[in-house]
Parts: sequence; structure tokens; C-alpha cells
Amino acid sequence: MLAFNFFGATEGGLFDINATLPLMAIQVVALTYILNSLFFKPVGNIVEKREKFVSDNIIEAKNKLSEVKKLEADLLTQLQSARTEAQRIVSEAENESDKLYKEALELANNEANASKEKARLEIESQTSAARDQLSKQADDLSELIVNRLILEK
Amino acid sequence: MFFNSLLTNFAALEVGQHLYWQIGNIRLHGQVFLTSWILLGALLVFISLGTKKMENDPKGLQNLLEFLWDYIRDLARTQIGEKVYRDWMPFIGTLFLFVFVSNWGGALIPWRLIKLPSGELGAPTADINTTIALALLVSLSYFYAGLSNKGWRYFEYYVHPTPIMLPFKILEDFTKPLSLSFRLFGNILADELVVGVLVFLVPLILPIPVMFLGLFTSAIQALIFATLAAYYIGEAVEEHH
Repeated sequence: MLAFNFFGATEGGLFDINATLPLMAIQVVALTYILNSLFFKPVGNIVEKREKFVSDNIIEAKNKLSEVKKLEADLLTQLQSARTEAQRIVSEAENESDKLYKEALELANNEANASKEKARLEIESQTSAARDQLSKQADDLSELIVNRLILEK
Repeated sequence: MFFNSLLTNFAALEVGQHLYWQIGNIRLHGQVFLTSWILLGALLVFISLGTKKMENDPKGLQNLLEFLWDYIRDLARTQIGEKVYRDWMPFIGTLFLFVFVSNWGGALIPWRLIKLPSGELGAPTADINTTIALALLVSLSYFYAGLSNKGWRYFEYYVHPTPIMLPFKILEDFTKPLSLSFRLFGNILADELVVGVLVFLVPLILPIPVMFLGLFTSAIQALIFATLAAYYIGEAVEEHH
């Protein structure tokens, strides 16, 4: 039938509407299903899978970044506290050494004062002893003089 | 009549002549089916080649197909909306691809070299049957989309801002397929005729810019058709508040 009428009559015109219309509609609907299974579904799957992959990675990277930032802040506070601790220790040590120095100085001073005092006392006693001796000798001498004077008389 | 004498004189231009196929007592425009089968076959081959080996890192044809997919998705998503665009994307995409392939195939392939006993091969979209079929499918789709998404509340759309709109909205249901089909049909047919006449009059160089214009028009018409179809569906599923 088809072959027989393949070279059909010519008639119609621009607006000749016939069974081409519904058949074309059916053809387009069929094409929709074919393209859906051949093109839209598979390509959609792969594109959406990739989009999901990318967005997942972005989220993961963001999480990691925030974690890194948190750790960085942690480290910073730790560093800060370590610094203040170090400063505290240094100042403590300085105070300690200052105190020790002062103590040693005081001790040395005291010692020096004590030996100075001792020496002074010794000098004083020797001086007074010498003076006593001197006065005794003077007495002896004066007695001798007096005796001699008396004897000469 | 001048037009008729023009037609007989321009033997190369056979306007309104068809290659009839008779099956039982239904008659078909054979040239429309022949070109559409060739073009759709080429499209399907192209798509099968591109989707044969799909990889996560797209190469070659897959890249092109993914670009196309993305383009169609954006079109469907902007017009129909985030909620239901997925259901309609294959239909919108098929409309776009069908119209685009038909238009470009009609413009790019020198069909006239193939002699038919009657009529001539050309863009399937230059036949009113094809465009009306597409437009009616769009009409059915948006009715179906509206009814399946909103049930009877779909008809609120007809009285949406005020009931005064009712006659206009009903009229729109007729003008939408009419404008869709005639816009596409007219543009493509006019393009074919202009190119045909120019080729007949001045076979060298002069038709080339018009041919490029035709390619441009063809692509634009495909985009317009798909966008409007998506817009109508989007309008039908849109929630009014």
C-alpha cells in the first residue's frame, strides 16, 4: 500500500492538515521517551553526581578550613599563655636572684662590719692596755724620781 | 494570479506541494517524515555516541552533551521553577532538540539535490502539521502539569487576579498553541522561501548572508519554542498566593 502510493498525487497547499499531525505528535512523544532514557537520564545522573561530588568536597573543605582555623586559634592562645608563663618565670627568677644578691650583700656587709668592730675593739683594748702600761711606767718613773729626790734630800 | 505564475515559473520553489503517502485512507506528508527520520536518526546517533562511554571527567562529545543538558536544565528551571522542572525537563529538551535539529537540518543540508516526484525535502518544522503537533503537545502538557500538580485548583488560574480575566484566559488557551505553531511554521517557511528565491535569482554569494540569518533565526526559534513551552508549563504549576 505504502509502496504503491509512495508517489502519491500532489495536492494540498501550505495549510494542508492531515494525519501527519497526530503521527508527528506520536513521534515527538516517542522521541521524548527515547531521549529521556538515552540522554536526559544518563547525562543528568553523571552531571548531578559530579555536582554532588563537588559540593560535598566544598563542604568538606570548608569544614576542614574551619577546623584549621579553630586549631590555629587554639595554638595562638596556647602560645600566648606559654609566653606569659615564660615571662612570669623569668621575672620570678630575676626576683629570686635579686633577693639572693641582696642577702649575700647583706651577709657580706654584716661580716665586714663585724670584723671591723672586732678590729676596733682590739685596737681599743690594745690602746687602753698600752695606755695603762704607759701610765704605770709613768707612775713608776715618777715614784723613782720622787724617791730619788727624797733620798738626795 | 501573480503568485501562481511565480510558482510555476520558479520550478525550484514548490510551495505547498507535498509528497503524499497513503496508508489505508489516511494521507501523510511523506517528505516531512523522511527528513525528520533522517535528522532524528542523526541526532540519536550523535547522542548515543556521546553517551556511550560516560566518564566523570567528560571528554569530547560528552562535554558537548553535558553542556546541552545544562543549557536545557537552566531553561527548564528558570521557566518552570525549582519544584517540578525535573518532570518536564525531558519534554522541554526534546522540543528544543527536535525544533533545533529540524530547523538547522532544513537550513544546512542541501535537500534540493534530492529530487522527489512531488514536493521537496526541507525542514520538518516548515510543515504546519509538525508545528501544530508540537504546539498541541505543549497545550496538553501544561493542562496536565497544572491538573496533576494542583488538581482542580488549577482553574483558579483562570480567575487569578480577578474573575474579569476569565474570558481572556480561556482565549489564551487557544491563542497559545496558535501562536506557537504559526510562529515556528512562518519563520522557518519564510526562511526557506527567501533562501530559495535568492538562490534562484542570484545563485552566488548573495544568498549566503541570508542563509546565516536563517541559521540564526532557526536557533532562535528553537529557543523561543522551548522557552515558551516551559513558560506555559511553569505558569500552570505556579502557586498563586
